[in-house]
Amino acid sequence: MTAEAANRANDSILAGLMRRCNVTNLAVDHNAERLIMFNAVISVVFLALGGIMALLIALTRWEAVHLLNADWYYRVTGAHGAAMLIFWILFFEVAGLIFGVSVILNRRLLWPKAWWTAFGIMFVSALTLLGIMLSGEATVMFTAYPPLQATSWFYLFMILFAVGALIAVIMFFIELVNARYRGEVGPLPLFTFAMLAAAVLALWTLVSGAAAFIPTYLWSIGVLGHVDAGVYRLLFWGFGHGAQQINLVAMVGVWYVLAALTVGARPVNEGVSRLAFLLIILFIHMGAIHHILVDPGFSELSRAVNTSYFIYGATLGSMIHALSIPAAVEMAQRRKGFASGIFTWLKKAPWKEPGFSSLVLSFWLFGVMGGISGVIMGTVQVNMIQHNTLIVPAHFHMTVVAGTTLAFMGLSYYLIPLIFRRDHVFPGMAKVQPYVFAAGMTIWGLGTGFAGHAGMSRRHWDSTFGDMPLATDIFQNAQIDISLVGLGLGALIAGVGGAMYVINAVATVFTGKRTDTPHLPGIDPDALRPADPAEREAALHGHDHKRGFEFPGTLILVFAFLVLFMILYATSWFELSSVNWTIE
Amino acid sequence: MSYTSSPLVAPPRDWWQPAGRDEKLWLGIAGAWAVSMFVMMVIIWPAIGGQQNQIHDYRVDPSDFQAYTASFIEEHQTGELEGTPVVSPPPDTDIFLQASQFAWTPVLELQQGETYRILISSIDVQHGFSLQPDNVNFQVLPDFITGLEITPHEAGEYTIVCNEFCGLGHHLMVGQIIVVE
Repeated sequence: MTAEAANRANDSILAGLMRRCNVTNLAVDHNAERLIMFNAVISVVFLALGGIMALLIALTRWEAVHLLNADWYYRVTGAHGAAMLIFWILFFEVAGLIFGVSVILNRRLLWPKAWWTAFGIMFVSALTLLGIMLSGEATVMFTAYPPLQATSWFYLFMILFAVGALIAVIMFFIELVNARYRGEVGPLPLFTFAMLAAAVLALWTLVSGAAAFIPTYLWSIGVLGHVDAGVYRLLFWGFGHGAQQINLVAMVGVWYVLAALTVGARPVNEGVSRLAFLLIILFIHMGAIHHILVDPGFSELSRAVNTSYFIYGATLGSMIHALSIPAAVEMAQRRKGFASGIFTWLKKAPWKEPGFSSLVLSFWLFGVMGGISGVIMGTVQVNMIQHNTLIVPAHFHMTVVAGTTLAFMGLSYYLIPLIFRRDHVFPGMAKVQPYVFAAGMTIWGLGTGFAGHAGMSRRHWDSTFGDMPLATDIFQNAQIDISLVGLGLGALIAGVGGAMYVINAVATVFTGKRTDTPHLPGIDPDALRPADPAEREAALHGHDHKRGFEFPGTLILVFAFLVLFMILYATSWFELSSVNWTIE
Repeated sequence: MSYTSSPLVAPPRDWWQPAGRDEKLWLGIAGAWAVSMFVMMVIIWPAIGGQQNQIHDYRVDPSDFQAYTASFIEEHQTGELEGTPVVSPPPDTDIFLQASQFAWTPVLELQQGETYRILISSIDVQHGFSLQPDNVNFQVLPDFITGLEITPHEAGEYTIVCNEFCGLGHHLMVGQIIVVE
């Protein structure tokens, strides 16, 4: 914190506009705090609604149960996508933006009313959209591909929601410039830097979404006669996939924070970590093309160049984080004295601390199941045997649910007590919740992935095909039956894990014991430790005469990850080559 | 030893330091892997693979496409299967496959080992061409033709499932390709 910021914060605390947190010693703006509360609570409400819909969908896809009828299955599938991919995630991310630009910078928000306006627009639009989608007036899925048409209100409220989110993103930039201008911050804390990267991606994403939805709205009210199906897909995925890249970046920021909170980890190298975010900003928007790899309209080379994030520049960014996160944990643990052997640091890690288990499980599932499957699926030719099968939702649930959602849950185990100043009501449940949720998502992911691998389509109500003309029993075999049991049971277990999270969060927010010093024994004393100037010389010149590896355990883990990556990558080419048709 | 701050704390102005040896090692290997994947996709597979994703694409008016399909069926129809015409085209003709809510028209009868040019398009909303059980998938849009050169290598009945949501009867949309020796 700069001296200017410290003085200003002290004045604000005396004036009753801020408070000093007893646990973190941060100066917290009351406006920011209330905004974080509202955004966080609403995000959890949407998570709960989306979770209930998730169970309904899974119990319908599990052909042995087949719960909903076709009409409701398609309605709920669309609404679930919107509630989870947009509402839960975005409200939580706006809370993250406010946290990153206010709380951890010890500064007051410049213009709280604009943030409230953003929240209000987003909240009203989100509720209305869910209502419209469940009413059956907009059964067009989250993707809303024209010329399949929804009621024009659907497009209008989509645009309004995006406007709300855009206000929040623009406010983030304004707040940051203001903080710099007033000397409240120099170089940004890494978490704020991550949120800045997320906001840059969000800007592109929302502009892309506007370009997709505004003409579609005009078409739905009859002003435009025609919307080009191919162009819409290109623009929509600039929004749809872009939105997931925001999640990726925000999640990595949260990973760093969880590592700091639970073991006192600091990034191994500020520059390398920031470079990885920069690589993602520069290249990841090209991932929009992932969704249109088997579309007419683009040359194979243009699809290959885009989908490779131009020679996998963004993948490299993610591979850097794959090293830097565990390396930060390993070095912190070694500093604490768990320095012997290769994996002692990992064995002695706080596995009962929900923030740490969420970090590890989210990191593992995102990287191994979500990340690898994503790169494979984004290979132009391999995409032919995966496009629109259940492998696609298997992939993005591993990234967004097992990855981002679990990381956000982990962070909220600290954020909720600190911001609401209440003690956890069910701390014991918090200890096991990440494991239950991750176990459920793993089983669900494997089941769904293998069903997709066998060719089963996503968003398909009845893969037994009943007795319609030209019906087939291709999807009735042992592999699919077993996969669907995994899909169903996994969803139920993850549902239990999700419910445990929501129950604890809601109970804590409304009935937790009020306290100015929430009981959070898992927060590491080094969680907010600034750089130590005494370490500077060693950092600049120490490497020359060092013999062993700095983080051998992490290196072994990442090389094992790389080998698995290579095996799965090679397997996918082999499978493509075993298709019994020549396609040119 | 690293000179870094908690991610929740602003670093000092002189935060920069060179990457350590362990990090450089991983950066190099990960970078090499990234380039290898690119080379595989852009150079190696296009040279050796039997399944390429080179869509021959054209713009088409949906009503024109419907007319092309109708005359294609008229010219080459050999039978009917559960209400859908069955067409047995010679290998040197363009094959038209029409997607609509909620049908694939016509049923195609192809010769094993022959190469066909198949032109797929939609006359209403978006659909997904999913050839099962081989699991080959392409997007089908109105106004665009998704054109492919395909050669079946094994005789049998193949199912075309629609795998892009196309309305409340989406799951009813099934088609067939019969490959004969």
